[in-house]
Amino acid sequence: MTKKQKKMLARIILSAVVLIAAVLLPLNAYLKPIPYAAAYLICGWDVLYGAVRKIWNRQWFDEEFLMALATIGAFASGEYQEGVVVMLFYQIGELFQSYAVGRSRRSIAGLMDIRPDYANIMVDGDLKQVDPDEVKIGDTIIVRAGEKVPLDGVVTEGMSTVDTSALTGESIPRDIQPGYDVISGCINLTGVLSIQVSKEFGQSTVAKILDLVENASSKKAKSENFITKFAHWYTPSVVVAAVLLAFIPPLILHQPLGEWVHRALIFLVISCPCALVISVPLSFFGGIGGASKCGILVKGSNYLEALAKTEILAMDKTGTLTQGNFEVAELHPAEGVSKEELLRVCTLAEGYSNHPISLSLKKAYGKEFDPKLVSQVEEISGHGVKAIIDGVSVAVGNRRLMESVGVQVPNVNSIGTIVYLSVGKRYSGYIVIADQLKPDAEEAMKRLKQESHIRKTVMLTGDLKPVGEAIGKQLGIDEVFTELLPVGKVEKVEALLSEKSPKGVLAFVGDGVNDAPVLTRADIGIAMGGLGSDAAIEAADIVIMDDKPSRIADAIAISRKTLSIVYQNIVFALAVKALVLILGAFGVATMWEAVFADVGVAVIAILNAMRALNVKFLDKKMKAV
Amino acid sequence: MKKTFKVNDLDCAHCAAKMEEAIKKIPGVIDATMNFLAQKLIVEAEDEKFDAIMKEAVKVCKKVEPDCEIVLK
Repeated sequence: MTKKQKKMLARIILSAVVLIAAVLLPLNAYLKPIPYAAAYLICGWDVLYGAVRKIWNRQWFDEEFLMALATIGAFASGEYQEGVVVMLFYQIGELFQSYAVGRSRRSIAGLMDIRPDYANIMVDGDLKQVDPDEVKIGDTIIVRAGEKVPLDGVVTEGMSTVDTSALTGESIPRDIQPGYDVISGCINLTGVLSIQVSKEFGQSTVAKILDLVENASSKKAKSENFITKFAHWYTPSVVVAAVLLAFIPPLILHQPLGEWVHRALIFLVISCPCALVISVPLSFFGGIGGASKCGILVKGSNYLEALAKTEILAMDKTGTLTQGNFEVAELHPAEGVSKEELLRVCTLAEGYSNHPISLSLKKAYGKEFDPKLVSQVEEISGHGVKAIIDGVSVAVGNRRLMESVGVQVPNVNSIGTIVYLSVGKRYSGYIVIADQLKPDAEEAMKRLKQESHIRKTVMLTGDLKPVGEAIGKQLGIDEVFTELLPVGKVEKVEALLSEKSPKGVLAFVGDGVNDAPVLTRADIGIAMGGLGSDAAIEAADIVIMDDKPSRIADAIAISRKTLSIVYQNIVFALAVKALVLILGAFGVATMWEAVFADVGVAVIAILNAMRALNVKFLDKKMKAV
Repeated sequence: MKKTFKVNDLDCAHCAAKMEEAIKKIPGVIDATMNFLAQKLIVEAEDEKFDAIMKEAVKVCKKVEPDCEIVLK
């Protein structure tokens, strides 16, 4: 609690004690109002003072002014106890609201506790702590075990593991070594790292993420705008209704004024739309906070709201559903050749090259080899490699290379890049190198269909037809368009946009680098962040930091949960207020119910809004699939 | 020019909306957002009049909520 809140609490307690004394003291009719007035002033003097200032500024529809008017009205009509109790409850409610909102604000801010406080730089052989803002590109910073990496850069010295969970939600630490990129916001777990800074703090990943999350709630959702508009009209209407209620029935029905004025005061007590005005943005804020806990960055409440209505989900293939790095998928040695021998000879022959195919061969082989075994390497661009290994001439490459050296090869139907091997002009087998599906791609597609009820999934890829269609079939994607250029992807998305229902939403998921035009064209652009990819963070509306396609289903689930909380709050608050207004007009409801309809509802709505922050329900869904 | 200001003691969401509306009405203001949850005010306004506009913004906000303070840096 803040100092201000503690003071308020003390005043409330004191006022309550005086109120009880006032009820118990046997005083005559003239002295009776004095202890009540004391209790009233103890808890409500600031409201009265505020009300006077509001009158001065002609803010007639202000909460404090109306509350003061209602309670003074109660006093004037001799209902001292009611006047004090309403003020007391109002203050308790306000205190609770400010406490709850402050707490939730802090717990959301705590989630994004990635801002580094300092950076260590070497000055004359000593470590010196400086503000991350002061470090320039090219400087070398030292990060010790347990410290946050303050700026983006490249490791120049040291081996360690880093915890990226604050950024990605991914709990498995990453191994890093010299030459690796590290991004700010990670926590260095084990060794000491020297990092050459590649971006200034203002441009660093951490600064961008913080900026994005802090400003996300500034982009208002439709339901938020509805509430703002509603609030604009609600208070004046209720106040006008109160005035009419106070004077019209007594004039027409010739009834005593007092009773109707009292009913009108009830109206004033419930005239503040606070429950709605606070709880709706708070729910979105909570939803955005909960999403960032899972490594999903949502750039605005409006996107979180729209995501729930996703009908068509278009996806890129490479980097989104597949890992985008090529690996050895199949080994098919010819008769008399072992799998190991096939891989060994191919790797040796390609060993000099830095071609992606050579890299994936080396990765699959996984052992050191003696380069002296290889001689007379001849790289033939677009074909492959010829070399002498163990004194025998070998050729490693595509069908055309095999034909040029006069070797017959079988027809192969595998999906991917096919590398043939011939040893001494004899065919020795082939290796298939293919892009790998992400481990959760299948689960993601299943969840999107069963749980998120996406009407149609579409894959848009620049890759070859057989490759794209095979993957589409394996994952159960409804429609597959292949061999598309970026412009073609935009055209396909435009065609799909005309297919959806007017209220439905088309989301596109891409890896953000070459998909920027499509990301902007779709209703919602979702980027597979790829840690530190600036293009992705800028072009998309939602960024998935850990690159997992199953996060799309998570994001939709969070969006739907948040929206249901928003609707619950709107319906609940409006229903209670409407009910108490009606009951009040007929003289059934008292000021007690009215004050509940005001602050009680606000407190309940705030507590409900905080549920949006909780994302534990997603773990169960993960296990269920 | 677009600038962000910290806001102290912004206690009431409804008042935040009213202040936002009042700031938007100041001539020269292109857009204004009072972010209750982040306790921040974002104002986009014409460059040459920016300082004068901010002074006016502080004044109109004082009218709506006297306790609330916009920190001008």
